[in-house]
Amino acid sequence: MSSTPVTPAAPGTPDVPRRPRTHPPRRPRRLGPGDRLFLTVAIGIPLAALLFFVWLPALASLGLSFTTWDGIDLADIHWIGLDNYQQIFTNYPPFWPAVRHNVIWLLFTALLPTPFGIFLAYQLDRKIRFTRVYQTAIFLPMVLSLAVVGFIWEIIYNPDTGLLNGLLSAAGSSHHIDWLGNADLNLWAVLVASGWRHTGYIMILYLAGLKGFDPALKEAAALDGANGRQTFLRVVFPAMKPVNIIILVVTVMESLRAFDIVYVLGGGVGSKPGMELLSLLITDNIIGESSHIGYGSALAVVLLLVSLAAIGTFLVQTFRKEDR
Amino acid sequence: MTRPGAGTTARDEPPRTGKGPRRQTGRHVMLAGIALLWLVPLLWAVYTSLRPYSDTAKHGYLSWPRSLSLGNFTDAWQQSGMPHFFWNSVLITVPAVLGTLLFSAAVAFFVSRFDFRWNIVLLMLFTAGNLLPAQVLITPLYRLYLLIPLPPWMSDSLLLYNSVWGIIAIHIAYQSGFCTFVLSNYMKTIPKEISEAALVDGAQVWRQFFQIVLPLCRPAFAALATLESIWIYNDFFWPLALIETGDKRPVTSALANLQGQYFTNPNLIAAGALMTAIPTLLVYFALQRQFISGLTIGSGKG
Repeated sequence: MSSTPVTPAAPGTPDVPRRPRTHPPRRPRRLGPGDRLFLTVAIGIPLAALLFFVWLPALASLGLSFTTWDGIDLADIHWIGLDNYQQIFTNYPPFWPAVRHNVIWLLFTALLPTPFGIFLAYQLDRKIRFTRVYQTAIFLPMVLSLAVVGFIWEIIYNPDTGLLNGLLSAAGSSHHIDWLGNADLNLWAVLVASGWRHTGYIMILYLAGLKGFDPALKEAAALDGANGRQTFLRVVFPAMKPVNIIILVVTVMESLRAFDIVYVLGGGVGSKPGMELLSLLITDNIIGESSHIGYGSALAVVLLLVSLAAIGTFLVQTFRKEDR
Repeated sequence: MTRPGAGTTARDEPPRTGKGPRRQTGRHVMLAGIALLWLVPLLWAVYTSLRPYSDTAKHGYLSWPRSLSLGNFTDAWQQSGMPHFFWNSVLITVPAVLGTLLFSAAVAFFVSRFDFRWNIVLLMLFTAGNLLPAQVLITPLYRLYLLIPLPPWMSDSLLLYNSVWGIIAIHIAYQSGFCTFVLSNYMKTIPKEISEAALVDGAQVWRQFFQIVLPLCRPAFAALATLESIWIYNDFFWPLALIETGDKRPVTSALANLQGQYFTNPNLIAAGALMTAIPTLLVYFALQRQFISGLTIGSGKG
């Protein structure tokens, strides 16, 4: 990146020409006052917006998590230390189910739609006809908003009028299953809808990665007598590490952030038995009649800390190369 | 990005073993089956939306249609005030996309073309900001929005809360993380010599930005604009939390109103939901290539 091979020119410090002057200096002149003003404004406004609208609220959430507050009068904020956290972990019935559901969500997504998307990408990355048609059909759900996806699945899962029960009764079963109302089933029903969307996303990401894959590696593997599965597992998959990391981060983040689709399929009223998720519990506590802002914030911080693990992995992987 | 053609020349010749054609047929059957399966929910929604409620109420949803019509679409369009909600969506999406692109282009220009000490930190701050879960921000943001006054011509609530501006602002702040990440990667591929030559010729930095770097980024802008338009249009959460009165919400959030109002008529809801999806589907089919390259040149979106 840096144009100076000797030291990565401690940026910001004035460029003292200590180097031998065999080459003309790369920076012909320093930035003028007009340039500095332009850069300050160009970076200052976006940075201010980011800090004000994103990072300040994130830090404020952290602060509020140590308080108790009903969300109405700022004077009613009282510092209570770690009480919210203690409460959440020991005395908040929906918390552990929500954690469990988030973990189930993650495992399901990581074990079914993600590998399936990779599999489809691998199948589509060949010169076959109609590949565009297949890609479009499978990717189409990604283009729809999660709200629309929710409504579409609502008319499939509806116990009285939905497609699924209609098919089941047409097939001779007299069972009347309330897919979204049954606390043992509804999470899985939602996961199917979410997987429907996730598969196409992963497929497209992986397909793009495969386009940059060196076919010589595959040929070499074929010459060595590897079959299709061996070639994929031993040669292609390891070589796709950057894409794999992106897919891992996408999968983790989507699983942690899952909200809209559950919100819509749950009838738009916060968490429902069997479908508790961290994101929904936060909303339960901060919106509504008796809001427990401190409580909701503590839940948000728990979600944040888990997310930071994924964010951190991504940032380290992405920026390590550049920081040298 | 490598062009697709680069790698696809030799590797898919029919295998020497002679089982080639059959395997291709098998693959087509499998892929067509999966593709069809993937379309079923959408096709079912289309079918439902095309049938009159009276027909389905009498014969059940899983029945042959006596008649098909666009009646549900016209009803949803007229009864629920959808034109109004669509207009709200336009009012939010267009400025938010333009603002996001402008802001992130400026930041990306800064971090990718100048060697300042805080570049990596800055880039990380933007990128990580986009990865924060929205629920982590929402309470303080809600309070902030209640504290910030706006003049009457901007918001009849006189606050950032309950105004379109507030939604635009959070979209720009939140989405510029992703776009900065993508654009800075893109700008790094533009040779530095180009702007250095301009510098020697005496061009000011702002001219380098507007006249050299921005035009060269046109493909990345096209991709990001497509992607961000769809994302911002589809967004559901911010307006739900930050806009109190339903009639200011964009169409995606307003779907919830429709659901409440016409809960008993799934045909109408299906028509309404499909109608909100039409703009994104049109954008996607028209600009499919841009959309996908936008998704994949950055791929950082969680």
